[in-house]
Amino acid sequence: MHVVLCQGLDDGPDFLSEEDRGPRAVNVDLQTDATLQVDISDALSERDKVKFTVHTKSTLPNFKQNEFSVVRQHEEFIWLHDSFVENEEYAGYIIPPAPPRPDFDASREKLQKLGEGEGSMTKEEFTKMKQELEAEYLAIFKKTVAMHEVFLCRVAAHPVLRKDLNFHVFLEYNQDLSVRGKNKREKMEDFFKNVVKSADGVLVAGVKDVDDFFEHEKTFLLEYHNRVKDASAKSDRMIRSHKSAADDINRIASTLYTLGTQDSTDVCKFFLKVSELFEKTRKIEARVAADEDLKLADLLKYYLRESQAAKDLLYRRGRALVDYENANKALDRARAKNKDVLQAETSQQVCCQKFEKISESAKQELIDFKTRRVAAFRKNLVELAELELKHAKGNLQLLQSCLGVLKGDT
Amino acid sequence: MAASSPRNPPPLPGADNQDPLSEMADEDSDEGEDIFVGNSNPVAESFQTDTANGEEPADLFSEEEISTTVNSSITTTKSNGVHSDNENDLFAEASVELSMENPSTIARENPTTTAKTSGAEFTPSRTQTQPKSIEQLEEDKDEDSFDMDVAVTNPEKIGDGMNAYIAYKVSTRTTLPMFKNRTFSVWRRFSDFLGLYEKLSVKHSLNGCIIPPPPEKSIVGMTKVKVGKEDSSSADFVETRRAALERYLQRVVCHPSLLQDPDVREFLERDELPRAVGTHTLSGAGFLKMINRASDAVSKMTVKISDSDAWFDNKLQEVESEELQLRKLHAVVESLVNHRKELCGNTAVFAKSMAMLGNSEDNTALSRALSQLAEVEDKMETLHQEQAASDFFILAELLADYIRLLGAVRGCFEQRMKTWQRWQEAQSTLQKKREVEAKLLWANKPDKLQQAKEEITEWEGKVTQYERDFDRISVTVRKEFLRFEKEKSKDFKSQIVKYLESLLQSQQRLVKFWEAFLPEAKAIG
Repeated sequence: MHVVLCQGLDDGPDFLSEEDRGPRAVNVDLQTDATLQVDISDALSERDKVKFTVHTKSTLPNFKQNEFSVVRQHEEFIWLHDSFVENEEYAGYIIPPAPPRPDFDASREKLQKLGEGEGSMTKEEFTKMKQELEAEYLAIFKKTVAMHEVFLCRVAAHPVLRKDLNFHVFLEYNQDLSVRGKNKREKMEDFFKNVVKSADGVLVAGVKDVDDFFEHEKTFLLEYHNRVKDASAKSDRMIRSHKSAADDINRIASTLYTLGTQDSTDVCKFFLKVSELFEKTRKIEARVAADEDLKLADLLKYYLRESQAAKDLLYRRGRALVDYENANKALDRARAKNKDVLQAETSQQVCCQKFEKISESAKQELIDFKTRRVAAFRKNLVELAELELKHAKGNLQLLQSCLGVLKGDT
Repeated sequence: MAASSPRNPPPLPGADNQDPLSEMADEDSDEGEDIFVGNSNPVAESFQTDTANGEEPADLFSEEEISTTVNSSITTTKSNGVHSDNENDLFAEASVELSMENPSTIARENPTTTAKTSGAEFTPSRTQTQPKSIEQLEEDKDEDSFDMDVAVTNPEKIGDGMNAYIAYKVSTRTTLPMFKNRTFSVWRRFSDFLGLYEKLSVKHSLNGCIIPPPPEKSIVGMTKVKVGKEDSSSADFVETRRAALERYLQRVVCHPSLLQDPDVREFLERDELPRAVGTHTLSGAGFLKMINRASDAVSKMTVKISDSDAWFDNKLQEVESEELQLRKLHAVVESLVNHRKELCGNTAVFAKSMAMLGNSEDNTALSRALSQLAEVEDKMETLHQEQAASDFFILAELLADYIRLLGAVRGCFEQRMKTWQRWQEAQSTLQKKREVEAKLLWANKPDKLQQAKEEITEWEGKVTQYERDFDRISVTVRKEFLRFEKEKSKDFKSQIVKYLESLLQSQQRLVKFWEAFLPEAKAIG
């Protein structure tokens, strides 16, 4: 792969506030290690790309300085990820899943629709909806930053991957890596590779493993991955409905406000108070949906990707096993014919070593995966419960005080 | 309107009959479109009965009682047997504060006098010999509340196929001596309610009374029920209709003039009511449409009543703009109901997938926590369901009722307009007659003169009559409007408070769910 170096451009609004600096490690509970700390300290959003400022602090001798920053785009993260995947040396590790592409399309579309519908609503409604959509845009932005950061943190925390040369270049080289995005031909090649892989995957998965540990893991991961996929899709749908309901409450609040301002009778004052209440509860409802998204939906999405990466590891091991068994058979045949025995022996040894190396590291990786997963779920579920409680109590208080006022007046 | 021959009594169930509602029956005569398309999507059916056991009869009147029955749940048609057991339950949600606004007419409304008038026709309109001053009208407080509750319960399907219909039990509890008993029930069908509305409209709308409109007909809803389609949407439809009919009746008996109308009494008391056939063409919706059409014609004349009554113009404008806002609000609330139902479904599905994930998870503590989470989500689903029911039954229906009522109010104002026009036209006719007389006088034709003089006298009489009518209707409309505003204010406040209390309940339960879950989450690892 080519890495063409050139100057990058820096423009666009800065969406990250001060409070968002620092390691976020949203879905993964990682040990922060003083020898290498990576985070995304800043991000800028331009028309159709996001520029991440990757900030590194390290005591390792490999780097020229102890602290430095570079600007990277999404494609460069993908390049880094792919370089790991294609590296045979790393076949025995769970490659941290690549962050998803920043997707502001839906949000942008909504903003556009809002602009078109400007004539059909009151100025207050328009301003409110605009604020809503901007907040949504901001939330998506923060999420994509978090996901890119998690990827880097995982790499930095991995005992072997952190030493990778490409990773160091990624962190340190302060010019644009300008990695060529895959062109059509390469994308087609990828596609075919995947097809072959999944066909293979079926084959390999069919071979029963001698090792109980791996056999169990295979069964477990296949089922787990499917269920996480299902749960992730369903959580998304649920949260979307929640957001829609919150939007409706917003509109109710606006209409009540209009009704309340028609006159100054008793009932109009009543409407105004209720409108105010709904404004506030609506904000809380929107936050509930956002928090569920962050703590639950994102968690599930992440483990969807990681469980896929774990499956890929098993697949690679399975391939190595098949290769090893084939090499054994070839050796037997060679011995029987007494032809090219040495060659067959070498080949068999290579396969054997490869397989054993992968098996050894894979075992550890899968155990670590479990630990990480349990920790991440714990962290997120606890935080989810605490947030839900906080919001419900907030709502409760608002309702109680409003009812107190309303009933007192009548 | 009413056919001369009473219909054959269907095999009506007795008071204690607890027929399981295996099929929903329905009105057969269903034409006419809905002005108001009630597209209530299936609200899930598991409502609990509002057990208001042990309430004293006196308590039924206080609004406090109603608003504190939080999570006001409505019996499903399937469990309607509960209502017939305990008369108290019947009225728990049905109590109505009947009040006489006008102290000077107390003597006339005095129960002791009704004994002699029970047979005769009551003058339906509250015509008064001395017009009250505006200030006096506006200061009238709710006076003597009479004990009067009505409830509409126990929808039962009668018959089969396309001729099937639903009979509702209409129960009354009262201390008013104009009724034969203190508590009594009759069975009525939807067309009976419509028939009542038409009778009242014909008699009272010309006087400027605001007649509460009944719920709309619904072809789609009823056909499903007739056909015996047994899903939650039929049950919901019947329940929605039952509740709407109840509110309709409550508003009617709340109205001091209408309550005196013998048709109302007959509706509440008489065992068999002659079948109202007029409902084919003159449904509630049809009637309202007539009024609306008439009002359009009137407003096209760009007539301005030039008396001091900017008041009426202002109020009409307010009514129109309010109606607009309420329609808007209603649309949004319906959207909310739909989204909540969607949320409900999606939460249920998510809960299941979470449970599956919990099963796959091989770490025991995490597995248990995930199962617990699935249970929490399951409970949330129930919560959302109930919330959607609140949204609909408390809020959406309130708005729908008032949109219809505001239409009736507009009709009322238009009536006044028409009366004014009639008076104006009579005045101009009189003027013409006088001109004719003058001409005849000049032309000296004594016999024709005599006729002209007679016509003038006749028209002078009419002018006086029409002027008096106009004054009377103006007073009535004004009084009705003020009464309406008061009722509306009370209604909105109490219903919205009720709604907020249901929201409060939801949040309280939510807190409990998550408080129970938190330790489970912390126990992972």
